[in-house]
Amino acid sequence: MKTARFKLWRGERGEGDFVEYETKITEGMVVLDAVLQIQAEQANDLACRWNCKAGKCGSCSAEVNGMPKLMCMTRLNSLPMDKPVTVEPMRAFPSIRDLATDVSWNYGVKEKIRPFAPREPDAEDGTWRMSQKDVDRVQEFRKCIECFLCQDVCHVLRDHHMHEDFIGPRFLVYAAALEMHPLDTDDRLKDLKDDSNIGLCNITKCCTKVCPEHITITDNAIIPLKERVVDEFYDPVKKFLKLFRRK
Amino acid sequence: MTSKSFSLSPRRSFGETLRKEAWWIYPLFVFLGLGAFVVYSTWAAFQAEHYRFGPYLSPFYSPELLGSEHAWFGAKPAWIPDWLPFSPAFLILWAPAGFRLTCYYYRGAYYKAFWADPPSCAVGEPRSSYRGERKFPLILQNVHRYFLYLALVFLIFLLHDVWEALWFVNPSTGGTEFGIGVGTIILAANVFFLGGYTLGCHSLRHLIGGSVDEISKFKLRWDGYRCVTCLNNRHMVWAWCSLFVVGFSDVYVRLCSMGIWTDWRIL
Ligand code: SF4
Ligand code: SF4
Ligand code: FES
Ligand code: FES
Repeated sequence: MKTARFKLWRGERGEGDFVEYETKITEGMVVLDAVLQIQAEQANDLACRWNCKAGKCGSCSAEVNGMPKLMCMTRLNSLPMDKPVTVEPMRAFPSIRDLATDVSWNYGVKEKIRPFAPREPDAEDGTWRMSQKDVDRVQEFRKCIECFLCQDVCHVLRDHHMHEDFIGPRFLVYAAALEMHPLDTDDRLKDLKDDSNIGLCNITKCCTKVCPEHITITDNAIIPLKERVVDEFYDPVKKFLKLFRRK
Repeated sequence: MTSKSFSLSPRRSFGETLRKEAWWIYPLFVFLGLGAFVVYSTWAAFQAEHYRFGPYLSPFYSPELLGSEHAWFGAKPAWIPDWLPFSPAFLILWAPAGFRLTCYYYRGAYYKAFWADPPSCAVGEPRSSYRGERKFPLILQNVHRYFLYLALVFLIFLLHDVWEALWFVNPSTGGTEFGIGVGTIILAANVFFLGGYTLGCHSLRHLIGGSVDEISKFKLRWDGYRCVTCLNNRHMVWAWCSLFVVGFSDVYVRLCSMGIWTDWRIL
């Protein structure tokens, strides 16, 4: 059995530092296994969230060697083990204690997005008919496990702390899933431009890079929404044509 | 938006990160690649010579509106003063340059490489203020679709240049004859890569089908959407390949015209 070194961030409400631990590692271990082993053997009071250990609940989000990752899906053999592996809490959210952060800001953001507003049912029994082709496009967005790793890596939140202005990639994906839905009738474009400030995204694609569900956040959700916002607010020809359509 | 009533860990300073891998390689590659292209294309545009060789026309100078005797509207007009730098490339190069400058892929890439906003994912930035593409000047990036329309027209001109590059003057008879030279293949490759890049544009993807929620109702648009999406998936690769090939096409025509390279006839 090999021994590996880990530097875990220990502290409360943003005050703290990295503490180094050594622990035995075996084949197939993931970062979460090592963290839980350290918790069991050396640091019983270490705070760390996890639930499924299968990359599906989105609770074990942290920054491993500086990159936002799910601890349960990051295998140790994918990391350089000659130096200590650093594990710190997500930086775009307030620290509670050790590796646990307060992600409740996200829940408030979600509540403000206009909900799904389907058209009248297509059949008398209150059901709808949709073509597979039309739902295929939004299907990808429904894989989101709300791990908020994309929010964490997004520099608008992480570095510029613009939580008051910007909803972040997770909720642009959410808005895209509703806005592009074949049954939805509501219009979120003005909100996206003025309240969600989609214009703050500078399409640098870090969100796409870290998404554990491999959702093509920037290309399939954000850019298509940006294009719809252009249609509505920035394209003079489209605006002109719309004048005629209304008449 | 939801108010932020909490405090966060302080911002990391410029370049600060806990990432251990060489995160700076990609932005450095973009910086050098785009930087070299901008320097070369500006230099080439200012030359105003060696842009034609036999039936070949450098894509930096196509279409040639004013300039040589082959230009659409003839030679440079007399009213343009001699002290003013003039090149046929000035009249047209702004369109493809604007197309690339406002391209969603390049935007993301050069914001990182040239403006460090962010330098790379999860790496500290040099500035704390940020306007994004929400306000002037970057709000102007929304003009991209108009450059796309121009780029589609340019694609037709460049295709026409490939056609022209198939007809060589026979020195003994003085007439034109069909032929294929290495230059013909290079100009055709340029249209191929530029086509893959232009037809995979995000704005085109939106125009052709992305804007419609019930796309299944429009058979042709659905087929088009799938094709554009297929190219769009590799938009970055097309962007770099086409950038390299368009630059190389100019180098090729230039060096042949200067007599440094010989154009081999294949047919
Ligand atoms: S692409 Fe946009 S939303 Fe995604 S990380 Fe970059 S700035 Fe944030
Ligand atoms: S979009 Fe991906 S990274 Fe973002 S919260 Fe959902 S699963 Fe996590
Ligand atoms: S523990 Fe559920 S995603 Fe990691
Ligand atoms: S998005 Fe790259 S060319 Fe339009």
